[in-house]
Amino acid sequence: MSDHRFAPGDRVRVLDLPKPGHVRTPHYIRQKLGRVTEYTGKVLNPEDLAYGRSSGPAVNGYRVVFDQSHVWPDYQGSPNDKLHIEVYEHWLEKA
Amino acid sequence: MPHDHPHDHEHGHKHDDADPHAPAPDFGDASSRWYEVASDVMRDMLIEQNVIAAREVRKQIELMESKTIQLGGKLIARAWVDPEFRKTLLKDGKAAAAALGIPVTEASLTVVEDTPQVRNVIVCTLCSCYPRSLLGQPPAWYRNKAYRSRVVREPRKVLAEFGSVVPENVELHVHDSNADLRFIVLPMRPAGTEKMSEAELAALVTRDSLIGVAPPRVSSTH
Repeated sequence: MSDHRFAPGDRVRVLDLPKPGHVRTPHYIRQKLGRVTEYTGKVLNPEDLAYGRSSGPAVNGYRVVFDQSHVWPDYQGSPNDKLHIEVYEHWLEKA
Repeated sequence: MPHDHPHDHEHGHKHDDADPHAPAPDFGDASSRWYEVASDVMRDMLIEQNVIAAREVRKQIELMESKTIQLGGKLIARAWVDPEFRKTLLKDGKAAAAALGIPVTEASLTVVEDTPQVRNVIVCTLCSCYPRSLLGQPPAWYRNKAYRSRVVREPRKVLAEFGSVVPENVELHVHDSNADLRFIVLPMRPAGTEKMSEAELAALVTRDSLIGVAPPRVSSTH
Protein backbone atom coordinates (compact mmCIF):
# COMPACT_ATOMS: atom_id res chain seq x y z
CA MET A 1 0.00 0.00 0.00
CA SER A 2 1.52 3.23 -1.10
CA ASP A 3 1.64 6.08 1.36
CA HIS A 4 2.34 8.83 -1.11
CA ARG A 5 -0.52 10.95 -2.40
CA PHE A 6 0.54 11.50 -5.99
CA ALA A 7 1.59 9.31 -8.88
CA PRO A 8 3.26 10.01 -12.21
CA GLY A 9 0.77 11.67 -14.54
CA ASP A 10 -1.13 13.49 -11.79
CA ARG A 11 -1.84 17.17 -12.41
CA VAL A 12 -0.75 19.24 -9.44
CA ARG A 13 -0.58 22.83 -8.26
CA VAL A 14 2.32 24.11 -6.17
CA LEU A 15 1.12 25.76 -2.97
CA ASP A 16 2.31 29.15 -1.80
CA LEU A 17 2.83 28.31 1.87
CA PRO A 18 3.72 31.19 4.17
CA LYS A 19 6.74 29.27 5.39
CA PRO A 20 9.94 31.10 6.30
CA GLY A 21 13.42 29.67 6.58
CA HIS A 22 15.18 26.97 4.62
CA VAL A 23 12.37 26.17 2.20
CA ARG A 24 13.24 24.41 -1.04
CA THR A 25 10.27 25.57 -3.12
CA PRO A 26 11.34 28.64 -5.10
CA HIS A 27 8.86 31.47 -5.46
CA TYR A 28 8.80 31.37 -9.24
CA ILE A 29 7.11 27.96 -9.24
CA ARG A 30 4.45 28.62 -6.59
CA GLN A 31 0.82 28.40 -7.68
CA LYS A 32 1.91 27.01 -11.04
CA LEU A 33 0.26 23.97 -12.56
CA GLY A 34 2.40 20.99 -13.45
CA ARG A 35 2.44 17.24 -13.90
CA VAL A 36 4.15 14.67 -11.66
CA THR A 37 6.76 12.69 -13.59
CA GLU A 38 8.32 10.66 -10.80
CA TYR A 39 7.97 9.79 -7.14
CA THR A 40 11.47 10.33 -5.75
CA GLY A 41 11.00 8.68 -2.37
CA LYS A 42 11.13 9.79 1.22
CA VAL A 43 13.69 12.18 2.65
CA LEU A 44 14.06 14.03 5.90
CA ASN A 45 12.59 17.46 5.38
CA PRO A 46 15.34 20.04 4.70
CA GLU A 47 12.99 22.65 6.21
CA ASP A 48 13.53 20.85 9.55
CA LEU A 49 17.07 19.56 9.05
CA ALA A 50 18.39 23.08 8.55
CA TYR A 51 17.44 23.82 12.16
CA GLY A 52 18.76 20.62 13.69
CA ARG A 53 15.44 18.78 13.78
CA SER A 54 16.68 15.50 12.38
CA SER A 55 14.24 13.02 13.90
CA GLY A 56 11.71 13.23 11.09
CA PRO A 57 9.12 12.58 9.93
CA ALA A 58 10.37 11.92 6.41
CA VAL A 59 8.47 13.57 3.58
CA ASN A 60 7.60 12.36 0.09
CA GLY A 61 9.25 14.03 -2.87
CA TYR A 62 8.22 14.27 -6.51
CA ARG A 63 9.67 15.48 -9.75
CA VAL A 64 7.19 17.79 -11.41
CA VAL A 65 7.32 19.15 -14.94
CA PHE A 66 5.90 22.49 -16.08
CA ASP A 67 5.47 24.19 -19.43
CA GLN A 68 7.86 27.11 -19.55
CA SER A 69 5.21 29.17 -21.35
CA HIS A 70 2.98 28.69 -18.27
CA VAL A 71 5.71 29.45 -15.71
CA TRP A 72 6.77 32.63 -17.51
CA PRO A 73 3.91 34.34 -19.39
CA ASP A 74 6.46 36.26 -21.50
CA TYR A 75 8.62 33.18 -22.17
CA GLN A 76 10.60 33.29 -25.40
CA GLY A 77 11.32 29.89 -26.88
CA SER A 78 9.62 26.75 -28.07
CA PRO A 79 6.11 26.07 -26.72
CA ASN A 80 7.44 22.60 -25.85
CA ASP A 81 10.21 23.86 -23.54
CA LYS A 82 9.94 22.46 -20.02
CA LEU A 83 10.98 23.17 -16.46
CA HIS A 84 11.59 20.23 -14.11
CA ILE A 85 11.78 20.68 -10.37
CA GLU A 86 11.54 18.61 -7.20
CA VAL A 87 8.69 19.41 -4.82
CA TYR A 88 7.85 17.89 -1.44
CA GLU A 89 4.35 16.54 -0.94
CA HIS A 90 3.16 19.19 1.53
CA TRP A 91 3.79 21.84 -1.14
CA LEU A 92 1.45 20.16 -3.66
CA GLU A 93 -2.29 19.85 -4.18
CA LYS A 94 -4.28 18.01 -6.82
CA ALA A 95 -5.22 20.23 -9.74
CA MET B 1 38.22 39.49 12.55
CA PRO B 2 37.43 42.98 11.24
CA HIS B 3 33.84 43.59 10.48
CA ASP B 4 34.00 45.57 7.30
CA HIS B 5 30.85 45.00 5.27
CA PRO B 6 28.61 47.97 4.64
CA HIS B 7 25.37 47.84 6.57
CA ASP B 8 22.90 50.22 8.05
CA HIS B 9 21.61 48.34 11.04
CA GLU B 10 22.81 47.37 14.48
CA HIS B 11 24.20 43.95 15.13
CA GLY B 12 22.40 41.30 17.07
CA HIS B 13 20.17 41.11 14.00
CA LYS B 14 18.89 37.91 12.45
CA HIS B 15 19.86 37.92 8.82
CA ASP B 16 17.80 34.88 7.85
CA ASP B 17 14.67 35.48 9.86
CA ALA B 18 14.19 39.20 9.36
CA ASP B 19 12.62 38.82 5.93
CA PRO B 20 12.19 35.28 4.64
CA HIS B 21 11.57 36.58 1.15
CA ALA B 22 14.67 38.74 0.99
CA PRO B 23 16.98 37.43 -1.71
CA ALA B 24 20.08 35.66 -0.44
CA PRO B 25 23.27 37.54 -1.19
CA ASP B 26 25.15 36.52 -4.27
CA PHE B 27 28.54 34.90 -3.95
CA GLY B 28 31.09 37.67 -3.98
CA ASP B 29 28.55 40.35 -3.02
CA ALA B 30 29.68 42.65 -0.28
CA SER B 31 26.79 41.36 1.86
CA SER B 32 28.01 37.75 1.59
CA ARG B 33 31.01 38.77 3.72
CA TRP B 34 28.81 38.42 6.79
CA TYR B 35 28.36 34.72 6.05
CA GLU B 36 32.05 34.22 5.39
CA VAL B 37 32.91 35.76 8.73
CA ALA B 38 30.20 33.74 10.49
CA SER B 39 31.51 30.54 8.92
CA ASP B 40 35.12 31.32 9.92
CA VAL B 41 34.07 32.06 13.49
CA MET B 42 32.03 28.86 13.67
CA ARG B 43 34.97 26.80 12.41
CA ASP B 44 37.38 28.42 14.87
CA MET B 45 35.03 27.80 17.78
CA LEU B 46 34.53 24.13 16.84
CA ILE B 47 38.28 23.66 16.63
CA GLU B 48 38.87 25.50 19.89
CA GLN B 49 36.38 23.23 21.67
CA ASN B 50 37.88 20.08 20.14
CA VAL B 51 34.71 19.18 18.22
CA ILE B 52 36.68 19.03 14.99
CA ALA B 53 40.39 19.29 14.26
CA ALA B 54 41.95 21.76 11.86
CA ARG B 55 43.46 18.87 9.92
CA GLU B 56 39.98 17.40 9.35
CA VAL B 57 38.84 20.68 7.79
CA ARG B 58 41.96 20.76 5.62
CA LYS B 59 41.51 17.11 4.62
CA GLN B 60 37.89 17.64 3.64
CA ILE B 61 38.79 20.65 1.49
CA GLU B 62 41.57 18.65 -0.13
CA LEU B 63 39.16 15.78 -0.85
CA MET B 64 36.54 18.13 -2.31
CA GLU B 65 39.11 19.79 -4.52
CA SER B 66 40.60 16.49 -5.71
CA LYS B 67 37.48 15.59 -7.68
CA THR B 68 37.71 16.35 -11.33
CA ILE B 69 35.64 16.14 -14.44
CA GLN B 70 37.43 12.91 -15.41
CA LEU B 71 35.05 10.79 -13.35
CA GLY B 72 32.08 12.26 -15.21
CA GLY B 73 33.89 11.65 -18.50
CA LYS B 74 34.31 7.97 -17.66
CA LEU B 75 30.59 7.58 -16.97
CA ILE B 76 29.50 9.28 -20.16
CA ALA B 77 32.02 7.52 -22.42
CA ARG B 78 30.93 4.13 -21.08
CA ALA B 79 27.31 5.02 -21.72
CA TRP B 80 28.21 5.98 -25.31
CA VAL B 81 29.83 2.62 -26.03
CA ASP B 82 27.73 0.27 -23.88
CA PRO B 83 23.92 0.36 -24.35
CA GLU B 84 23.29 -1.75 -21.24
CA PHE B 85 25.36 0.59 -19.11
CA ARG B 86 23.51 3.51 -20.65
CA LYS B 87 20.20 2.03 -19.47
CA THR B 88 21.54 1.59 -15.95
CA LEU B 89 22.96 5.11 -15.91
CA LEU B 90 19.62 6.62 -16.92
CA LYS B 91 17.74 4.51 -14.40
CA ASP B 92 20.07 4.98 -11.41
CA GLY B 93 23.12 7.17 -11.86
CA LYS B 94 24.55 6.32 -8.48
CA ALA B 95 24.40 2.58 -9.11
CA ALA B 96 25.98 3.01 -12.53
CA ALA B 97 28.81 5.07 -11.05
CA ALA B 98 29.34 2.45 -8.34
CA ALA B 99 29.64 -0.22 -11.05
CA LEU B 100 32.63 1.72 -12.41
CA GLY B 101 34.09 2.05 -8.92
CA ILE B 102 33.15 5.74 -8.66
CA PRO B 103 31.66 6.60 -5.28
CA VAL B 104 28.87 9.19 -5.35
CA THR B 105 28.15 10.45 -1.86
CA GLU B 106 25.09 12.53 -2.74
CA ALA B 107 21.75 10.92 -1.95
CA SER B 108 21.07 10.27 -5.61
CA LEU B 109 22.31 11.04 -9.09
CA THR B 110 19.75 11.59 -11.80
CA VAL B 111 21.02 11.49 -15.37
CA VAL B 112 19.00 13.31 -18.03
CA GLU B 113 19.46 12.30 -21.63
CA ASP B 114 19.98 14.60 -24.62
CA THR B 115 18.39 13.34 -27.83
CA PRO B 116 17.98 14.87 -31.29
CA GLN B 117 14.65 16.27 -29.99
CA VAL B 118 15.60 17.29 -26.43
CA ARG B 119 18.41 19.31 -24.86
CA ASN B 120 18.83 19.51 -21.08
CA VAL B 121 20.46 22.04 -18.80
CA ILE B 122 21.02 21.97 -15.03
CA VAL B 123 20.78 24.80 -12.50
CA CYS B 124 20.26 25.24 -8.78
CA THR B 125 18.17 28.39 -8.50
CA LEU B 126 18.21 28.43 -4.70
CA CYS B 127 21.94 28.02 -4.08
CA SER B 128 24.58 25.92 -5.82
CA CYS B 129 23.57 22.24 -5.53
CA TYR B 130 25.82 20.20 -7.78
CA PRO B 131 27.08 16.57 -7.83
CA ARG B 132 30.31 17.59 -6.12
CA SER B 133 31.44 14.11 -5.16
CA LEU B 134 31.48 13.27 -8.87
CA LEU B 135 32.50 16.54 -10.54
CA GLY B 136 34.19 18.56 -7.81
CA GLN B 137 33.30 22.18 -7.19
CA PRO B 138 30.91 23.95 -9.56
CA PRO B 139 32.26 26.77 -11.73
CA ALA B 140 31.91 30.29 -10.37
CA TRP B 141 29.24 31.23 -12.90
CA TYR B 142 27.08 28.27 -11.79
CA ARG B 143 26.88 29.85 -8.34
CA ASN B 144 26.24 33.35 -9.58
CA LYS B 145 22.81 34.85 -9.35
CA ALA B 146 22.86 35.88 -13.00
CA TYR B 147 23.07 32.28 -14.22
CA ARG B 148 20.74 30.93 -11.53
CA SER B 149 17.97 33.38 -12.22
CA ARG B 150 18.33 33.73 -15.97
CA VAL B 151 18.72 30.11 -17.08
CA VAL B 152 15.26 29.18 -15.81
CA ARG B 153 13.65 32.25 -17.32
CA GLU B 154 15.47 32.68 -20.62
CA PRO B 155 17.47 29.48 -21.08
CA ARG B 156 17.83 29.78 -24.86
CA LYS B 157 19.40 33.20 -24.53
CA VAL B 158 21.79 32.01 -21.82
CA LEU B 159 22.84 28.96 -23.85
CA ALA B 160 23.40 31.16 -26.89
CA GLU B 161 25.73 33.26 -24.75
CA PHE B 162 27.64 30.04 -24.02
CA GLY B 163 27.92 29.60 -27.80
CA SER B 164 25.20 26.99 -28.04
CA VAL B 165 22.14 27.93 -30.08
CA VAL B 166 19.30 25.45 -29.55
CA PRO B 167 17.16 25.10 -32.70
CA GLU B 168 13.49 26.03 -32.32
CA ASN B 169 12.38 22.46 -33.13
CA VAL B 170 14.44 21.05 -30.24
CA GLU B 171 12.81 21.09 -26.80
CA LEU B 172 14.88 22.69 -24.09
CA HIS B 173 14.40 21.18 -20.62
CA VAL B 174 15.70 23.06 -17.58
CA HIS B 175 16.24 21.00 -14.40
CA ASP B 176 16.21 22.96 -11.16
CA SER B 177 18.34 21.04 -8.65
CA ASN B 178 16.46 22.72 -5.82
CA ALA B 179 16.07 19.89 -3.31
CA ASP B 180 17.52 16.41 -2.83
CA LEU B 181 18.26 15.26 -6.38
CA ARG B 182 21.57 15.94 -8.11
CA PHE B 183 21.85 15.91 -11.90
CA ILE B 184 24.16 15.48 -14.82
CA VAL B 185 23.34 15.58 -18.51
CA LEU B 186 24.12 12.60 -20.75
CA PRO B 187 25.02 14.50 -23.93
CA MET B 188 24.73 13.00 -27.40
CA ARG B 189 27.86 11.33 -28.70
CA PRO B 190 29.38 13.76 -31.20
CA ALA B 191 29.36 12.79 -34.87
CA GLY B 192 32.68 11.65 -36.27
CA THR B 193 33.72 9.76 -33.14
CA GLU B 194 32.89 6.26 -34.40
CA LYS B 195 36.52 5.13 -34.41
CA MET B 196 37.45 6.63 -31.07
CA SER B 197 38.38 4.51 -28.06
CA GLU B 198 36.47 4.81 -24.81
CA ALA B 199 39.37 6.78 -23.29
CA GLU B 200 39.40 9.19 -26.23
CA LEU B 201 35.64 9.64 -25.90
CA ALA B 202 35.97 10.33 -22.17
CA ALA B 203 38.41 13.13 -22.96
CA LEU B 204 35.74 14.85 -25.08
CA VAL B 205 33.41 15.20 -22.12
CA THR B 206 33.64 18.65 -20.61
CA ARG B 207 32.27 20.01 -17.37
CA ASP B 208 30.01 22.37 -19.30
CA SER B 209 28.60 19.49 -21.36
CA LEU B 210 27.58 17.72 -18.14
CA ILE B 211 25.83 20.85 -16.90
CA GLY B 212 24.28 21.13 -20.34
CA VAL B 213 25.33 24.63 -21.38
CA ALA B 214 27.53 23.43 -24.26
CA PRO B 215 27.57 20.01 -25.94
CA PRO B 216 30.87 18.15 -26.34
CA ARG B 217 32.72 18.72 -29.60
CA VAL B 218 35.36 16.81 -31.49
CA SER B 219 37.45 19.79 -32.53
CA SER B 220 40.13 20.97 -30.17
CA THR B 221 38.43 24.34 -29.93
CA HIS B 222 35.86 23.46 -27.28
